Amino acid sequence: MNESVLATVVAILAAAIRLATPYLYASIGEMFAQRSGVLNLGVDGIMLVGAFAAFYGTLMTGSLWVGVVVAVLAGLAMGMLMSVISVTLKAEQGISGIGLSLFGLGLSSLLFKTLVGTVKTVDGFRPIRVPVLSDVPYLGDIFFSQSLPVYVAFLLVPVSWYVLERTPWGLRVRAVGQNPAAADTLGVNVDLTRYLCVCLGAMLAGLAGASLSIALVNLFQENLTAGAGYIAVALVYFGGWRPVGILLGALLFSTVTAIQLRMQVLGIQIPSDFAVMLPYVLTIVALTFSANRARQPAALNQPFERGGA
Amino acid sequence: MKLRTSLMAAAALSLIVVACSNSATQAPATSQPASPSEAASTAPSTAPAESPSQAAKKFRVALIMPSATTDLAFSQSMYQALVAEQQKAGGEGNFEIKFTENMFNVPDAQAAIRDYASQGFDLVIAHGSQYGAGVEEIAKDFPAVSFAWGTDVNTFGLPNVYAYTAAAQEGGYVNGVMAALVTKSKKIGVTGPVEVGDAKTYIDGFTQGVAATDSSIKVSKTWTGSFSDVAAMTEAAKAHITAGADVLTGSSQSVVGSIGAAKDAGNVVWFGTQSDQVSLAPTLVVASQVYDWTVVLDDMIAKIQSGTLGGDTYTLQLKNGGLKIAYNSGYNLSADAKAAGDKAIADITSGAVTVSP
Repeated sequence: MNESVLATVVAILAAAIRLATPYLYASIGEMFAQRSGVLNLGVDGIMLVGAFAAFYGTLMTGSLWVGVVVAVLAGLAMGMLMSVISVTLKAEQGISGIGLSLFGLGLSSLLFKTLVGTVKTVDGFRPIRVPVLSDVPYLGDIFFSQSLPVYVAFLLVPVSWYVLERTPWGLRVRAVGQNPAAADTLGVNVDLTRYLCVCLGAMLAGLAGASLSIALVNLFQENLTAGAGYIAVALVYFGGWRPVGILLGALLFSTVTAIQLRMQVLGIQIPSDFAVMLPYVLTIVALTFSANRARQPAALNQPFERGGA
Repeated sequence: MKLRTSLMAAAALSLIVVACSNSATQAPATSQPASPSEAASTAPSTAPAESPSQAAKKFRVALIMPSATTDLAFSQSMYQALVAEQQKAGGEGNFEIKFTENMFNVPDAQAAIRDYASQGFDLVIAHGSQYGAGVEEIAKDFPAVSFAWGTDVNTFGLPNVYAYTAAAQEGGYVNGVMAALVTKSKKIGVTGPVEVGDAKTYIDGFTQGVAATDSSIKVSKTWTGSFSDVAAMTEAAKAHITAGADVLTGSSQSVVGSIGAAKDAGNVVWFGTQSDQVSLAPTLVVASQVYDWTVVLDDMIAKIQSGTLGGDTYTLQLKNGGLKIAYNSGYNLSADAKAAGDKAIADITSGAVTVSP
């Protein structure tokens, strides 16, 4: 009995690690954009375009790496579009982001219908058992028997922290997000920095989509993300614009989702509608109590105009 | 100033693309992909020698559906039936099909229904139980147009509304009987969207079929809460597989995720419903319950052509041929299980077994 309870816990945690992956890519990407002062609500649309690009690249060439590269390039193109609209043309960021999301939803559906037509599967990234570590009881099955995109997503947490907090470029990004006018007088190119951050974020969102279509579900269907991009944006707030906070938020959300799905399998008597609601309710509750507005980049959602108010 | 222009540009851009893909109205048949109609179109011997009166009046059908014609499930089943009707009628010249896909959004669907009705189509099919209120309202405004909707049984007492539904529990029962004989671990997993409609009746029937065959088998069910969340379906299926299930089934267009998970696991088999799902996993699908709406459409169209625009309710059953069990020739089903499946079909058809929805 104890053995089977333990096995269930291991399965839940392994699923939680897996499910956190797309959120990690997308949220860490969005964190860069927001730390530079750009609120990009188009994440969901970029993820969809990235998911389709990765799926289609893999389907056509049989190479997962081609899929990954195409997804990153597709993300970059979407990021350039968002940058031009929100940085150069200084459009209201929230609205243009929603526009970008709808654009991505439509574009990915249109391409899917014209280029693929019907639902097909691809051979995605397979789990890789890390030598030695994967033999550690329980922990090996939870952490070290995942696919490559999962490992990379978790590596992104320390890497992005280092880039943002310990490099000169990271300092410039934070300056541009806090006080773009001051950064500008010190010779920092505000627009360029924001372009780079939005595009970096969009490329990571493209990867987030790829992690769905060629690692987690291994197929593409219209609106594959089912709103995951919006959860990713919420996780940036939840995580207080810090990689570690985002990691905790993503894991909390994915763990509750995994528990919710297992609970039904285990036959625990609870209405399915309530179970499905659980992750979202918990996220909202946690967000309410953890929100630390003080950490919010001061210039978030404000277009920068030299000499402007 | 700048801001406004760029905003408008962004909005326009997104609207155009969304419009292109989501509510694009297409006339099929000319660019029909190779899959469903290929077999039929290679044998066009029935096409010529149409009576002149029939050729003169083209029958025009519009179809509004919640997902895509290629969803391998609910929408595809109706679309394929219409294409089959078109072939029977002698092609596009005699039978026109217009359709609008991805109408998850009910107000958009109502606009499409009204639009088609005002264009003078003979039959407007609102293929989704969520469209009922719209059909009731719009049908009153267009008494000369025939409407059909489902899955439901309510014609609202209107003379120009047909309703149609599927006794999905029947095929569910047959699948369940076979699943009980296929499973070795005695654990079966079910992944469904929301506990309503034919997803619920299929799964209820499936559970009864399993229980009637071997009451020691454990059937556990997961509802993801969404018809479209593929990632949740994948994870739900993985949960069943890690819990030891070696047979899976489920309903809705997002089960492609479950089938993918079964494929990745390698030793897990799948029972399908709504459409033949063999193409996704050619060696893992044991059998699918297939909806064949031509049974409904044959009668409905004949009635409309003779002037009766509505008032009837249709149910797809094993008995009337509207439900079929498509065995997958690529899966090596044991003779015992196949015989048990055939017996279940015969019993339901003869009335010896009744499956409660």
